[in-house]
Amino acid sequence: MTAKHRVVIEPGSGSQNYWGDLWQYRGLLLFLAWRDLAVRYKQTTIGVLWAVVRPLLTIGAMWFIGWLFGSNVPEGTPRILIVCAATLPWQFFATSFSETANSLVANSNLLTKVYFPRLILPFSTVLVSAIDLLVALLIMVVLMAFYAYLPGPEVVLLPVFILLTLVSSLGAGLLIAALNVKYRDFRYLIPFIVQFGLYVTPVAFTSQDVFGNPDIPEALKYLYACNPMVAAVDGFRYALFGASQPIHWVGFGISSCISLVLLIIGIVYFRRTERGFADTI
Amino acid sequence: MSGPIIRVEGLGKRFTLHHKQRERYTALRDVLSERARSLFRPDKSQASTSDFWALKDLSFDIQAGDRVGIIGRNGAGKSTLLKVLSRIVDPTKGRVTIEGRLASLLEVGTGFHPELSGRENIYLNGAILGMSRKEITAKFDEIVAFADVERFLDTPVKRYSSGMYVRLAFAVAAHLEPEILVVDEVLAVGDAEFQRKCLGKMKEVAMGGRTVLFVSHNMAAIQNLCSTAIYLKQGQLITQGATADVLTAYLKDTGSAARMDLSERPDRQGNGAIRFTGFYLSDEDGRELAAAQSGATVVFNFDIEARSAPLRDVKVAMGIDDQYGQRITHLSNEVAGQVFAQADGMKRLSIRVPRCPLRNGNYTFTLFSSVNGEIADYLLNAGGFHVESGDYFGTGRTPAEDQGTFFVDHSFNLS
Repeated sequence: MTAKHRVVIEPGSGSQNYWGDLWQYRGLLLFLAWRDLAVRYKQTTIGVLWAVVRPLLTIGAMWFIGWLFGSNVPEGTPRILIVCAATLPWQFFATSFSETANSLVANSNLLTKVYFPRLILPFSTVLVSAIDLLVALLIMVVLMAFYAYLPGPEVVLLPVFILLTLVSSLGAGLLIAALNVKYRDFRYLIPFIVQFGLYVTPVAFTSQDVFGNPDIPEALKYLYACNPMVAAVDGFRYALFGASQPIHWVGFGISSCISLVLLIIGIVYFRRTERGFADTI
Repeated sequence: MSGPIIRVEGLGKRFTLHHKQRERYTALRDVLSERARSLFRPDKSQASTSDFWALKDLSFDIQAGDRVGIIGRNGAGKSTLLKVLSRIVDPTKGRVTIEGRLASLLEVGTGFHPELSGRENIYLNGAILGMSRKEITAKFDEIVAFADVERFLDTPVKRYSSGMYVRLAFAVAAHLEPEILVVDEVLAVGDAEFQRKCLGKMKEVAMGGRTVLFVSHNMAAIQNLCSTAIYLKQGQLITQGATADVLTAYLKDTGSAARMDLSERPDRQGNGAIRFTGFYLSDEDGRELAAAQSGATVVFNFDIEARSAPLRDVKVAMGIDDQYGQRITHLSNEVAGQVFAQADGMKRLSIRVPRCPLRNGNYTFTLFSSVNGEIADYLLNAGGFHVESGDYFGTGRTPAEDQGTFFVDHSFNLS
């Protein structure tokens, strides 16, 4: 016993090197993500197609709505591409948020029988959704090839905006996940948030439709910008279509700040209640 | 190595019980409405919670290399202690210092997924128990051989028999190599042969110099495996010391507690026309017994309480399970042809068993009664009792421990 490994357990002490532990358990994180993927592809007959079919149908519906209400698209860019660029991050947010929010309750058998940093569970679900996003990005690539559209140099920023989407879904997801352990009625909130979010997020329309419309009162525009997904979607469009989809910086700032604040609140609340999960779940 | 490997100081764990609550979880809706109600009705007598200390001011040291059995009745705090040591639940008070890597095995097959194959589950379960991918790969063949599932490695475990499932799950856990291993009652599964194998493996692990904490109701296993033991009662430490001494103290103590109060049990079904409110063992002359003994007459006594009258056509049954939850026998006045035509005003029911044929060990029982053809009281796992070994055949000899769970009168004849 050369390597000293000392653990002190005290009320509320948590773990002294929580983040170190988290790093040590990264293997478990990967295994859990792999489990969710493996099980999904074993249970559903269409398997991998699932990651493609869902965004495809959503893109179709959103394209129709945008066309119906005459949302603005820049000259020369097919509407379907504009819609697709928003559907991918939205879908990523929706699945990652709802899976994260359910991750603790769905794995309650693990929570009550084994120790590991509890953040592993939401993190592994986010990882699964991120893999889905990568598959779905192929749709974008295919569509762009079909319309012979080549994105500008702004495309290098895409990972930043993927990260931003991740931040907003993780923040909200962690908060609801922790609350859901104690108050099970939060699970009814999850589908509502996802459904409501789709209406107020610029998927079928664009942020220019909102910020550029003089008929909309300023206050309402700011309220619109409070949706953390506004920044992520605008960023995606900017990365893919460059100057034709300029970012409204004030709106972007508000929206991404809210994302960050949500993430901080989510992590703090999660960490604070984490020690009691096994007691209450 | 100086100093203890585990030091527990003044450890306490409090649970808050919600009496009113029927569901296991809270709904925010209920919390809000409860708060709102208390605004208008400020009397505090309605408080629906009470505190319960599952562990109370517990202090002990465990030295490196010790194999420690933790014993105590149900609800003594054994599992809570293991959960605190495993960092699954947070203590309310006190402090635990652990010098080394601790792995715990509180359940067989935690995280097993029915859709995944045996091979996949070995990796998944290993990771959940804290093994690295490399460690699992290194031990993979050993695990498979121990579980004896080579041919089914690529079959989803949902198609496994329950025996195979348990073997595989235990095999993964048995190949953990932490400095400290914490094991809850996981041996109470699988068939007898596999249990022997598990016990052997545990012993091997323990003999390898590792520290083992082991909770079991199986006194023979504790005796076999552990060098020292800790006896917990109502969350407090009663004795710590050499296994034999602690076991003696425990058995003596449980003796006085063989009388059981059943009146507060909420988990019963039936219309309550008759209810079982208490239980104790006695000998033929009505003297209370701490435990039954193989071969000696034992009387199961039940206090009963009638909630309505008249009581007609009263049927009573007692199902007895062994420590593995296996139903061994069923005692019923219907089968015995002794249904009570009426039972008004009766306070005690006794079942006399001449020459108790059960082997030494712990048993649990389920109680049932019906009045007028309707279920009056049904209490699953109502209680338990202990049987000490005795000279059933009057020859001073009994068949070996692994030769069955009960005795049968018999005689041999050669002609």
